[in-house]
Amino acid sequence: MRTRAMENRPTVHDGPQYLRFDTFNRLLHGLLMFSFLGLAFTGMPLLFSDARWAPALAAAFGGQHAAGRLHRVFAVLLIACFVTHVMRLLHRLFVRKELEILWGPASMTPQPRDVVEMIAHLRWFLRLGPRPRFEHFTYWEKFDYWAVFWGMGVIGGSGLMLWFPEFFARVLPGSWFNVALLVHGEEGLLAAGFIFTIHFFNSHLRPEKFPMDPVIFTGRITEHELIEERPEEYDRLRAARTLADHQVGAGAHWVPTLAKAVAIVAVTLGLVMVVMIVSAVLF
Amino acid sequence: MSLTRLFLASLAAACCLAAPPALAQQGAKPPTTDDCLACHGDPSATGANNRSVAVKPEAFAASIHSQSGLSCVDCHRDLATMTELPHPEKLQPVNCATCHEAAVQQYDQGVHAVARRTGGNTVAASCKDCHGVHDIRPSSDPESATHHLTLAGTCGKCHQNDEVVKRGRIAGSDVSRFQDSIHGQALSRSGLVSAPNCADCHGFHDIKRKTDPSSRVFRTTVPETCGSCHEGIELRYAAGVHGTALRKGNPLAPNCVACHTAHGIVRTESESWSLQVLKECGSCHAESVRTYRDTFHGQVTQLGFVRVATCSSCHAAHDIFPKEDPRSTVSDARRVQTCGTCHSGASASFVKYDPHADRDNPERNPLLFYAAKFMHALLIGVFLFFGIHTTLWLSRSARFGRRGPRPGPPDDEGAEA
Repeated sequence: MRTRAMENRPTVHDGPQYLRFDTFNRLLHGLLMFSFLGLAFTGMPLLFSDARWAPALAAAFGGQHAAGRLHRVFAVLLIACFVTHVMRLLHRLFVRKELEILWGPASMTPQPRDVVEMIAHLRWFLRLGPRPRFEHFTYWEKFDYWAVFWGMGVIGGSGLMLWFPEFFARVLPGSWFNVALLVHGEEGLLAAGFIFTIHFFNSHLRPEKFPMDPVIFTGRITEHELIEERPEEYDRLRAARTLADHQVGAGAHWVPTLAKAVAIVAVTLGLVMVVMIVSAVLF
Repeated sequence: MSLTRLFLASLAAACCLAAPPALAQQGAKPPTTDDCLACHGDPSATGANNRSVAVKPEAFAASIHSQSGLSCVDCHRDLATMTELPHPEKLQPVNCATCHEAAVQQYDQGVHAVARRTGGNTVAASCKDCHGVHDIRPSSDPESATHHLTLAGTCGKCHQNDEVVKRGRIAGSDVSRFQDSIHGQALSRSGLVSAPNCADCHGFHDIKRKTDPSSRVFRTTVPETCGSCHEGIELRYAAGVHGTALRKGNPLAPNCVACHTAHGIVRTESESWSLQVLKECGSCHAESVRTYRDTFHGQVTQLGFVRVATCSSCHAAHDIFPKEDPRSTVSDARRVQTCGTCHSGASASFVKYDPHADRDNPERNPLLFYAAKFMHALLIGVFLFFGIHTTLWLSRSARFGRRGPRPGPPDDEGAEA
């Protein structure tokens, strides 16, 4: 009876489903989540070394030295994740000649319509206009994406400088390491603060999605969701008669369950970190 | 009382009663030690007020005074001319100065004698409190209360005694901390006679308060006192900024104990001390510690871990010089070498890193100053925009619940539905 009840739930099993993220990208996002949470938790004790929880958190990893090593392990994972993504983009662009990733509805490139949609969205918040009709990627999703890109460059770059200072000092003056330390911490704080509040809200915690949107784990959205959230994309695909090309089966039944467990853990950890950061800043 | 003891007591009483005629026969000849022990050698011998007047014959026999041929009346001089027994209950106090004139003179200058004389302090130590009474042994004897390895315990008899500490108004924890210290452990655990005991720093007979300029532990004398063992350190300290400042009379200049503490000295390799001394440096160099805390080194030590540079790692511990001084470990000439002790491969460019960078100081760290301004603007900008964005979104969509609003146009539900 339980299984039957679950199947009847009007979520991922309801009606035709369309593929939004392929397995490769879902795994990459999983790796990103894992390494990012690891980096945040192993890095924050140092950034907030005067917070009351900091020594205990560092000790939980086996001391600051061990936390530092774990931080580097997570860093390698995240860099690997980033490099894999960029390699794949280059492959899509130069080997498969998918020029549409550069511009247009399927592209992450910020475009004039993003500005228009953002203004329209804000107007809708204030009841000054209709809700904008979004395409495949919304402006806040693009912001999330490019924030990670920027963060990878800034945090990753400064992190490598701090990891191998003797090497980088061959070409960089010592004062840059002061900047690297500052930027690594502040940008890390920005990233963690952003992901654990804004990204969590935009993607999971807002009333329409609460408690979570499983799409990044299952890769699938329902026709209902597609029509409601990305009507422009739905119309475009239907007009081009390619909607069916994107339709997929329901996928393995355990994926949504696992997704829920993983998301609950991740969101909880993230929110705990937010509370810790706020307490460290305030007290 | 057992029969044996009853018998012995009766015997002792009989001796005492039998003695006067014997003495009378010998004229004015003073009693011998054996004469005295005939009564006082009985462990149950008591005076009129029931106080024990027993002397352990074997303890006296082993004492330095017995060994050097002295008898009871050499100290208890008022009994030398005694003709009748039992002798009066109340005897003259023994005057050690009869023989030990120099030692008693020194003692008279010391805190214990002063406390007795001026403060009416009856618990302050006199000769016998440290040396014992009939059982005095030379300090070279390991059994002696003043032997190098046992002296701390002897001082502790009073200085660890709550009653004496209270009545004498003296510090009570010093001996305990000393016994846990590197010096105390060297004595008690390692049995090192080269390790200092209380007297090596404080003196023995002429112990002075640390506020007394003639004291061995007076603020400006401490380096010399420590230097009597740590001579190499004293030389380096004396050359450095702190030693120089101390000699010039700077009242804030730290001496040895300011950093190492006086009694609780621990190994400088210990983590707790490395962290503690950071605070100690910061009690004067607050600004330097503040900027240090903003760097990786400072953050790690803040967390309680010390596998990174602390103050002395870079500035040296005793031979500290201003960075303009070529002898300084942080001078331009030596900085590569200093950073290189941890950062193998440190270059001239590497050491341009500022371990005390201040993000609020545009003169000292212009690049960092503007980077910090930019990062703050970025943080505030992002959180302000998305904070408002999220709040507005939440307040707008909260009313639609899980299924969310239908996309426009037109936005019917927005119109006061």
